[in-house]
Amino acid sequence: MKIRIDADKCQGHNRCYALAPDLVDVDDYGTAFVLNDGVVPAELEEKAQLIVDNCPEFAIETTTE
Amino acid sequence: MAYDAADTDQVDHEPVTDWVNDWDWLDDQWGSNAIDIWNQVREQCPVASTERYGRAFMPVTMEGVSAVANDTENYSSIWVNVSRPDSPRAPAPPITSDPPEHHGHRRLLLPWFNPKKVAEMEGVMRQYCRDLIAKLDGSDTAELSEQYSQNIPVFGICHLTGLPESDADLYRDWISRNFQLGPKNNAVKLEIMHEMTENISAILQDRLDTPRDDMLTYIANAEIDDEPVSWDLKVGYVRLQIIAGIDTTWSAIGSGLWHFAQHPEQVAQLVAVENDHMLWNTASEEVLRYYAPVTMARKVIGETEVSGCPVHPGDQMLLTFPAANHDPDAFEDADQFQLDRAKNRHVAFGLGVHRCVGSNLARLELLVALQEFLRAFPNYSLDTTKETVWANGQVRGPRNIPVLLNK
Ligand code: HEM
Ligand code: SF4
Repeated sequence: MKIRIDADKCQGHNRCYALAPDLVDVDDYGTAFVLNDGVVPAELEEKAQLIVDNCPEFAIETTTE
Repeated sequence: MAYDAADTDQVDHEPVTDWVNDWDWLDDQWGSNAIDIWNQVREQCPVASTERYGRAFMPVTMEGVSAVANDTENYSSIWVNVSRPDSPRAPAPPITSDPPEHHGHRRLLLPWFNPKKVAEMEGVMRQYCRDLIAKLDGSDTAELSEQYSQNIPVFGICHLTGLPESDADLYRDWISRNFQLGPKNNAVKLEIMHEMTENISAILQDRLDTPRDDMLTYIANAEIDDEPVSWDLKVGYVRLQIIAGIDTTWSAIGSGLWHFAQHPEQVAQLVAVENDHMLWNTASEEVLRYYAPVTMARKVIGETEVSGCPVHPGDQMLLTFPAANHDPDAFEDADQFQLDRAKNRHVAFGLGVHRCVGSNLARLELLVALQEFLRAFPNYSLDTTKETVWANGQVRGPRNIPVLLNK
């Protein structure tokens, strides 16, 4: 599983960073970006779904490539 | 009732009987009943209207609220609350600015509020809450608004910006007059604008003369694209933080304390787990969803429609984020307060380019304030012999929280 953050949609609510700092980080302006090219280790897949489900801007997606 | 009082300072309104066609966010019923009101309106239609402040609309669905918040072509932020059309309005960027200017103002402030910067305040914030709690020692009852919740955000803003905490009473007085009286009374609005401008100008001038290592000094010297920002706008940045940062968070903390005072089983679940447990995160996000305090507004500047309802330039549009948070199409069992709600895309901090700059600070204050209080008084309960008064309008929340501490 991978995650992707759409930078145009992200408004920096920082829900993702609060819930999964091991998957995403934020810059000085609070805009989120994925860590590790977005690759989600198997044990964090639930976390990944959690941040998808809590982003108010629908900016995070998971993919299964 | 049509708006016809352009030459008077104070407009008085009759109590609302028809929330779909004649709503009023300063009606006495709004404060304590807003959630029921929005739910009832939503069953009848997605957008309510009124003529009480000139023509103004109120979307109550996530779809409608999100469409307005994300459309900066047809809606402008020069009007951010529904007031009489001739109401005096002071610039307070970034909240009152539109793209493209908005971006520069916002980027000036954002680094001061990013989650890592804000997290550095956790220790002092906890200590501040503990000091307030220590003062309750030996009492059987308390009024948690005055003795607890309303103090915390003032401390937070002052700590972050460098504003003097000794002016706390002054700030609270400006805010309550601005929100509760201002939308109907132009004289009150002008008075507050002048008082704030004078006070803030003096503080910014002081920082130019004797720079310190604080946000006020940074604002006093602010530049965007190497051009100095005008004095009016610098005053506006500070004005906004005082107006946006204090009774908003006070209302969220207060709502949480009011809620948990009536749900001892939820308090027991929370105090049984560590502070970094996921349940604390979901619980404080659920407080923000269920009791979202802040309703904004926009001025309509294009011919458009929201949820099928046509609107025209010059109309006002309420941005009812708290109503969207109760839309059953957006949340499972929206009417239930769920401590462990795992899917929670609530919009208490808004949506789109104006997303609350202070949201990380507000979240830290809410979480820490709840954790410290519930751990100190896990058996507290609402004092049902006394009435709780709810503020209506732009920032909704309990203004007094009488409790038995049951230590
Ligand atoms: C629970 C507490 C709070 C809530 C619910 C809240 C809510 C909101 C909302 C809904 C907006 C969007 C405005 C719009 O779309 O027109 C906003 C904007 C803003 N808030 Fe907050 N707020 C809170 C606390 C704070 C704090 C502590 C600060 C710190 C100073 C703050 C500063 C701001 C600023 C500067 C903006 C303007 C952002 C922009 O226009 O780009 N807020 N807030
Ligand atoms: S939760 Fe969504 S909007 Fe917020 S920072 Fe993460 S990706 Fe961006």
